Amino acid sequence: MATIDVPHQASFLEDAEALRKACQGWGTDEKAIISVLGHRNAAQRKQIRLAYEELYQEDLIKRLESELSGDFEKAVYRWVLDPADRDAVLANVAIKKISPDHHVIIEISCTRSPEELLAVRRAYQARYKHSLEEDVAAHTKGDIRKLLVALVSAFRYDGEEINTRLANSEANILHDAIKDKAFNHEEVIRILSTRSKMQLMATFNRYRDDQGTSITKKLLGESGDEFLVALRTAVRCLNDPKKYFEKVLRNSIKRIGTDEDALTRVIVTRAEKDLKEIKDLYHKRNSMPLEQVVAKDTSGDYKAFLLTLLGKED
Amino acid sequence: MADLEALIKAFSGIGVDENSLISILANSNHEHKKSLRKGYSKFFIEDENGFERLHQSTIKNLKLEFKRFRDAVVLSLLHPWERDARLIEKAMKKGPRHYSVIVEIACTRSSNELLGARKAYHSLFDHSIEEDLASHIKGSERKLLVALVSAYRYEGPKVNDDVAKSEAEILSNAIKNADKRKPIEDEDAIMILSTRSKPHLQAVYEHYNKICGKTITEDLEAEGILKDTVECLCTPATYFTRVLDAALTVDADEESKKALTRVIVTQKELREKEGYVPNKIQGILTGSYKDFILGLVARGEN
Repeated sequence: MATIDVPHQASFLEDAEALRKACQGWGTDEKAIISVLGHRNAAQRKQIRLAYEELYQEDLIKRLESELSGDFEKAVYRWVLDPADRDAVLANVAIKKISPDHHVIIEISCTRSPEELLAVRRAYQARYKHSLEEDVAAHTKGDIRKLLVALVSAFRYDGEEINTRLANSEANILHDAIKDKAFNHEEVIRILSTRSKMQLMATFNRYRDDQGTSITKKLLGESGDEFLVALRTAVRCLNDPKKYFEKVLRNSIKRIGTDEDALTRVIVTRAEKDLKEIKDLYHKRNSMPLEQVVAKDTSGDYKAFLLTLLGKED
Repeated sequence: MADLEALIKAFSGIGVDENSLISILANSNHEHKKSLRKGYSKFFIEDENGFERLHQSTIKNLKLEFKRFRDAVVLSLLHPWERDARLIEKAMKKGPRHYSVIVEIACTRSSNELLGARKAYHSLFDHSIEEDLASHIKGSERKLLVALVSAYRYEGPKVNDDVAKSEAEILSNAIKNADKRKPIEDEDAIMILSTRSKPHLQAVYEHYNKICGKTITEDLEAEGILKDTVECLCTPATYFTRVLDAALTVDADEESKKALTRVIVTQKELREKEGYVPNKIQGILTGSYKDFILGLVARGEN
């Protein structure tokens, strides 16, 4: 469920005017920006951008980019974009890093719905004049490349039907592939990147029933083996995305790993989806509400913005 | 006799001459038909039990020729997405000799047309194309075919010429090392062919020619669907001409004849090639099938 608190009716012209006012003169009224944008959903934000453009012949996003800075600017920029466009930007940033952020690419390709992923691919082409898969292919090598290209190219069947015999046989294939350390990567990649999500969950459940432990535990290994790490991420994203995001948040707050953008990324991308459930999971797991930890860990406008997206009343 | 000649003619060529058959057979009495059978040695054989028996293979071939008009009509009526999804599914089920159809569709449709076919496939078969192909195909073609149907290629004109040049070299090496590793299984070759835009691949094609003195398709002559892939992506007109030529010959096999229907129905541009196609069609096709195909060619519009 979404966490943002959105009014039933919004006047996009008034919102555009309010944002203009917040950006005029010396300094910027960040609180005003947060109080408008932090309480609008994607459709509304799009209308506000159109209204702003019409009124002031200027791209709202460019204006915000020039007025804001730091983590706050990054968060607002990502928030204001269309979800598909946002994912395209996140993917491109992840790909172009010296050492690409595989997990971000896996996150996007495995937690979005098939239609959403198609929209991301379209948005990526519009923005970067390349296909997402060709850029992923050009910046990765070996088995990781095979896995990532397959994951971003997938257009999974979206139905509920499960073939239990197939789940059984593919659970066995996965088991054999994993157990044999000289790994048959081809079959694992085939199953993970082509099967529907429902079918995969049935397969993972079957695996757990047969083997007594979850497949993610069996995939724990050397953190140096990036293919293994990527596989594990993919399985976790496909199997239980909320649990996956909770862990990403937890690690980010504890400063485990090097994913500095994780906090912004998860909150911005999930605020209109399932951040409520992720928050609940976090609270259960850590005996502390997520808002409290975010409040302690961040400061200033960035903190205020994140808390607004988390649904906290000002 | 005149009727026998007419009957034989009605069953020669691609399709059947329905009108001719009506005028010959509708009023034909028992004796007349007997004399037709006795004269038609290609179709009938004297059975030891005292009757003229139809060849088994003729039954099968007649079925195919009568079906041709029907299949052309249905194919042209279907929404292109459903049509392509069904063509791919059939080709996959029929086996390796038919995989070139999958290549043809994946590589000659636009990015959005291919996407549409993938959506239609979901609706028709409750699976994604890639999962069915990946689990159905066990041979060396699997990786290439799955990658080709999964592509959503950029369709703009922008090409990075340096990259195209280096990728031409990569392909050249993959082909040179064919004895160590089948080019169709070369990861880099698959990546290039399945992710790059068509304008980019055309630039790669040009660079390859400059580097190697031969075209990629010439060097891939022995490589089956890998050759088809390059042809469909870089020189589709050549590919379709080749397919049509193979179909419009006197002893074309069934697959080539089916290709004729498929290509004429699905390719608008080809139909505008004046003279060549209509002339050959007049000579080799017959009946309602001929009329329908000629109509499609003449109209030039889908």
